Amino acid sequence: MSQVETTATRHVGTSMRRREDHRLLIGAGKFLDDLDFGACYEAAVLRSPYPSARIRSIAVERARQAPGVVAVFTAADLGPILQDLPPKVTHPSLNRQPRYPIAVDAVRYVGEPVAVAVASNRWLAEDALELIEVDYDLRPGVGSTASALAEGAPLVHEASDTNVAVHIVQQSGDPDAALRTAPHVLRDTFVITRGGGHSMEGRAVAARYDRAASQLTVWDATQTPHYVRHMLAALYGMTEDEIRLIAPADIGGGFGPKAQFYGEEALIPWIAMHLGATVKWIEDRWESFISSTMERSQTHRMEIGFDDDGRILVLKDVFEHDQGAYCVGLQVPTITMSTLPGPYKIPNIHSELIACYTNMVPTSSLRGAGRPQAVAATERMVDRIAEHLGLEPSEVRRRNLIQADEFPYAVGLRFRDGSPLTYDSGDYPALLDGALERIDVPAFRTEQAIARREGRFLGLGIGMFVEGSGLGPFEGARVRLTNAGRILVTLAASPQGQGYETVYAQLAADAIGVDIEHVEVRHGDTSTIPFGQGTFASRVTATAGPAVHEACLRLRAELLAAGAVALGVDPDDVTLGGSSVSVAWAPERTVTLQDLAAVSNMGRHGMSVDPRMPVAIEATAYFKPLRAVYTSGIYAAVVDVDVETGMVEVVRSVLGHDCGVVLNPMIVDGQMYGAFAHGIGNALYEEAAYDEDGQPLATSYLDYPLPTAMEVPRPELFHVVSPSPLNSLGVKGAGEGGLIPVPAAIANAVEDALRPFGGRVNRLPLTPARVLAAIQGTTRQ
Amino acid sequence: MPEDPATSSGGCEVIELSFVVNGEPVTLSSDVRVSLAEILRRDLRLTGTHLGCEHGSCGACTVIVDGLAVRSCLMLAAQAQGADVETVEGLARGDELDDLQAAFREHHALQCGFCTSGFLMSLTARLREGPVVSEFQAREALSGNICRCTGYVGLVDAVLSLAADSGKEPLK
Repeated sequence: MSQVETTATRHVGTSMRRREDHRLLIGAGKFLDDLDFGACYEAAVLRSPYPSARIRSIAVERARQAPGVVAVFTAADLGPILQDLPPKVTHPSLNRQPRYPIAVDAVRYVGEPVAVAVASNRWLAEDALELIEVDYDLRPGVGSTASALAEGAPLVHEASDTNVAVHIVQQSGDPDAALRTAPHVLRDTFVITRGGGHSMEGRAVAARYDRAASQLTVWDATQTPHYVRHMLAALYGMTEDEIRLIAPADIGGGFGPKAQFYGEEALIPWIAMHLGATVKWIEDRWESFISSTMERSQTHRMEIGFDDDGRILVLKDVFEHDQGAYCVGLQVPTITMSTLPGPYKIPNIHSELIACYTNMVPTSSLRGAGRPQAVAATERMVDRIAEHLGLEPSEVRRRNLIQADEFPYAVGLRFRDGSPLTYDSGDYPALLDGALERIDVPAFRTEQAIARREGRFLGLGIGMFVEGSGLGPFEGARVRLTNAGRILVTLAASPQGQGYETVYAQLAADAIGVDIEHVEVRHGDTSTIPFGQGTFASRVTATAGPAVHEACLRLRAELLAAGAVALGVDPDDVTLGGSSVSVAWAPERTVTLQDLAAVSNMGRHGMSVDPRMPVAIEATAYFKPLRAVYTSGIYAAVVDVDVETGMVEVVRSVLGHDCGVVLNPMIVDGQMYGAFAHGIGNALYEEAAYDEDGQPLATSYLDYPLPTAMEVPRPELFHVVSPSPLNSLGVKGAGEGGLIPVPAAIANAVEDALRPFGGRVNRLPLTPARVLAAIQGTTRQ
Repeated sequence: MPEDPATSSGGCEVIELSFVVNGEPVTLSSDVRVSLAEILRRDLRLTGTHLGCEHGSCGACTVIVDGLAVRSCLMLAAQAQGADVETVEGLARGDELDDLQAAFREHHALQCGFCTSGFLMSLTARLREGPVVSEFQAREALSGNICRCTGYVGLVDAVLSLAADSGKEPLK
């Protein structure tokens, strides 16, 4: 039964205003640090000031005596939980090195936890940290993948004889032979530097243990409540039912770093159990800069072979990935590996990853997750083909795109989810056409030529991408008729601003066929739904979406059956609408959902119920995607480069996107705009710089410029809709596509603007200094 | 049992403070070193004011003190002695959003909502100085606050919608 048949008013596909907004607008949001925990201690974490050092000793006695301090913990006090935290995504050839919740005998990045002080309030806890004396034996640090791989480099992990964390090669066709025979081969190196997630709310954890109920309750501003509960249960030797993990109703942004598992998440609940008190730790911004996982730093050495018409024959990319001091997970570089081919038909591919340990904050997923880097290599080379052959870059793209009738399209590599990289659906030529309808290329070339004569340097750049989204293994939803006769949708995944309370109410109301006012959506509490994965990899719409849909269809069937019994008619003779079930041919004969709940959910103690009456009206569904679905998109930018100052102004932006069926256009567009802003940051501003030893140089917003409303232009959006055949709703992920092509396209545009100078911009972000260096024919790190 | 967490000041000098918050006089004692944001959030439980960076850059903690938008993370509570403080909790009339709040909702000017209070207070102070009528003015008015979710599009539209009655039928 489709949604269209089951409901008169369709909510899916409309821009319903968000249910979340009211509480957030009146200052009544429920972010973790807004919750009233009653009497509660606060923790502060002493962090390593050195990129690499052995710890000779730690003296904490003075700190323990400090005013307001109740306890100070170091590795010496944390024996039972000093366990190696496993990477989220691993690989058989990973050179796995242990990662502990807190430094044991060495520190490997500035920011690594060394001790925890717990006091009456955060101010006193921080005072106590100043009284802790750590005797460090300094070692040379590794501040880049180049230094990690250099001859005689210091070892990040002394137990290993190499800084290489993993070395993986994927191939399709015969790339080496193709490179030997290709009529043209171009090579270049592209560097993408580190950047951060910078959710406006940092990480946060609070916990308390109820001995009477044997219940550990943990509040965690996480994207993945069930994953954290699973990690804690393993670490503490508890069952999953002994731990209730609550991701608060409001989480102040996620963007990837909050989908990882950190030492602080292991430490704070354990300390709360140990002290028999409520304890919370709120990451401040400085801590976020030096301890929340980051991303992006990769160096790509790419070769591309093509024929005289610009058809790509072979793509070979060998890239270094900065894993940071520990392997939190290999998802980012493995996604990069399979994102390289993009929307193009490339018969021969060599994709080679060398991930390195360095003495910097561990890296992990960050909105885009390895994809912007891949796109910033391949899409740059596509423009170089055009330059080499004297073709328009859009024309080179047109000649190489996978066509709309070629799906499913098997690329010949494997994706990060373990499945073959097989694109499910798309219309890449429609994306290109959509951008070119909005930016008239011949007209632009005329304008560009006139501007150049006037000493103004305009450039046009395009970036296209294909993004695996909607990853497995599963996601779940539970739908229930409450005793008050309302519909309660419980999601395992928790949102960080994506509007689940609105979107899933739209979906549920349509599928069940009730007024949306009778539907409520809750999320993020492991005690209300036993299993789940969480919000990451633009996966929730394409996994929780079909699960909600399936559960709601089953609930609808139960409600109709219950209504039929209550009304004394055949189930085929009843309809569902508003908040009641009615007889189809006698609409005045009706029973409300609340009346049904009184019979089906509550019943009368000891009294028999009609055997045909469904009881405990509830449905749970889990959706297991066969493999990823593939979102796609394009970004075209016109830039104006000031060749005196090196400043880049983005004067025109067209962003086209295909995430299949759109559930709430306002919310999807909002995701586009937000991701786009992050892409502008990555293209032009944001760099988590480190010195050569691994000392961070950007630890405040004075050094790390986040784009404001003055820097982020308004992109013109358009959507192409290629429904996914892999789920019942035809949906794909929408959270990252607005970012992925932006750095590549802007770099292409800047290089187009600088063509009279022959300047190359191979290192992102394109700061004024780097742009000036390109104009002057030098390179700048 | 450990001592009551709420009581210890850790030997820090304590002062008596009196000021007005959202029209209500308040009197409390506070460690001298504590920020206004901390007092609002912890002592007065006005948790709509958020701390995003604690170094005066992100603007999430913006409140209005004696008519001026200030970063409550950088202002000591002691500096608010005798002042008139307005926070996000003072904007709505009961359950009814004010025009700016309503415009935020209508134009999807918030996603996670963590930075929202700061934007509302910065803009409230700015709009009292006069209308914002151009996109450039709107962006200028927004530029003291950082939002990581929205790309500022909805925020710009919300501000501009107040300048001219758009005449559009609001969507549901």
